[in-house]
Amino acid sequence: MGRWLPFDRQLRELEADIQKLERLLAVSGISEERRARLKTQVEELRRRQEQVTREVFTMLTAWDNVLLARHVDRPYALDYVAAIFGDFIELHGDRRFGDDPAMVAGLASLDGQRVAVIGHQKGRDVKERQFRNFGSARPEGYRKAARVMKLAEKLRMPVISLVDTPAAESRLEAEERGIANAIAENMMLMSALRTPIVVIIVGEGGSGGAIGIAVGDHVVMLEHAIYSVIPPESCAVILEAFGRDPSRGAEAAEALRISAKQTLALGAVDEVIAEPLGGAHKDPAAAAASVKDAITRALARLRALPVDELVETRYRRLRGFDHYVEA
Amino acid sequence: MSEQSASSSPLPNGVPAGLWTKCPKCGEMLYQRELEEELYVCRHCGQHRRLSARERIAITADSGSFQEHDRGLRSSDPLHFPGYREKLSDYEGRSGLSDSMVWGECTIDGIPVVLTAMDFNFMGGSMGAVLGEKFARAAERASKQAAPLLAFVCSGGARMQEGIVSLMQMAKTAAVVARLAETGTPFITIAVDPLTAGVFASFASLGDVSIAEQGALVGFAGPRVIEQAFKIKLPPGSHSAEFQYQHGMIDTVVTRRELRPLLVRLLRILSLDREERADG
Repeated sequence: MGRWLPFDRQLRELEADIQKLERLLAVSGISEERRARLKTQVEELRRRQEQVTREVFTMLTAWDNVLLARHVDRPYALDYVAAIFGDFIELHGDRRFGDDPAMVAGLASLDGQRVAVIGHQKGRDVKERQFRNFGSARPEGYRKAARVMKLAEKLRMPVISLVDTPAAESRLEAEERGIANAIAENMMLMSALRTPIVVIIVGEGGSGGAIGIAVGDHVVMLEHAIYSVIPPESCAVILEAFGRDPSRGAEAAEALRISAKQTLALGAVDEVIAEPLGGAHKDPAAAAASVKDAITRALARLRALPVDELVETRYRRLRGFDHYVEA
Repeated sequence: MSEQSASSSPLPNGVPAGLWTKCPKCGEMLYQRELEEELYVCRHCGQHRRLSARERIAITADSGSFQEHDRGLRSSDPLHFPGYREKLSDYEGRSGLSDSMVWGECTIDGIPVVLTAMDFNFMGGSMGAVLGEKFARAAERASKQAAPLLAFVCSGGARMQEGIVSLMQMAKTAAVVARLAETGTPFITIAVDPLTAGVFASFASLGDVSIAEQGALVGFAGPRVIEQAFKIKLPPGSHSAEFQYQHGMIDTVVTRRELRPLLVRLLRILSLDREERADG
């Protein structure tokens, strides 16, 4: 903890004041009267902090949301896995080339039922971030996910996919092993997989890297997650509309409509899950409980569908991403 | 994802015959009529010029056989993206196309096929909802007619101005290919310069037979993008058709001159014992 977003400077100052008072409280030998007074002051500041957070979060800009979605304290896939599933056995390797730590996959129990889990995994400290390749999965990551999804289909267990990636890995080694093909094959596989698929975009839904594991029957987005065809900064660099200026990423973020609410309005996701006040990282347990609730509700509905109907409905939804006019 | 100027059209309409043009690669002067006969390949250095969708169809389909469908499909600008409508009408005016893909039915050496051709001159051949829908309709027609689907693919990637809607076209086109496969309809992709990003990472990578034109840039992220983002220098030819072929991503790389004869041979094999299969 202790990492702050630029928009909550006020909160930072309040937190500093609170900590100062708490240090005073910790000093032994202060009078009961002074202790009580300090305690009241701390409580007052905490209330003020909550009020400010509420105010800040009612007027978040698109860019604030980008920063929240990328926040280093935000719960990652394995944090959700640990909080949601009774047991989880991670499976490694794509049986073709290797194992990709930027993608996790495995078998898990959810309230007495079997599920397969796949998801991008980011790292928190420098070493872990490198190990997880910043959540940018390689071809073998997508192929590991594919292997586990086929296993889920065979064993008739639903797939839960947790999406959180800035983008797919794109450097030469990924190119050599067919990153484009791996993503394309996954979408094709998922479009027709004969078992329910629930997708949760928990942080960054970064373009092709995201959609490579994000085709499903019920697609959910956390309130402060983002889902975008391109990083807003890159969009600003490419388009004349933003003067090809990387510092105008905030404007591009607005224009791209990448927030959960906007993505819902555009029909690309089915549900938005509210986050704890201040974002999922302020109360990871509560965030995980909401995600679990969404998964449970979706699975109850999807399991009841005959598999032919399930797959046909999924196809119709994909086929129906229509935004054109016919002359 | 890129914005490409339409001014670099390899064959500006109305150029009087007999004009000389300069090869953009080797600088040699080329006689326009000769260049046409050479299918816009430089006879000095072998450089393949980019073709518009209509030029591509003209050198592929049997003469006069191409019947275009859904010519009037246009983007609805779902995001009300700044400057997008103006850009669309600008490109439409310059290219005579309403979006970056043309699709229709034709014969190739007498064999009926459904054909889609992308046009890099139209907003960098980017993929938005119009392209997704055209490709879906083309695939549905192919399966209905039991005719092979041929897709000429070139693209800068997803259409940024359609945001998440354009990303969804990756999933849509991949799902359509899965459906097409279920009907036993052959799907042939021909990668032409340049093929990158969201299109390469969706339907363009899913061909049953995957052909590429010699010298085409083919890669997930464009080499310039990677060099800038990671501050590295890539080896020459790292994102080419030949590179993808060497790494097993493409079945064969051919020159433009060799392409049509290869397609004809392929289509002939694929159409053998068709009646028997239909009976069975």
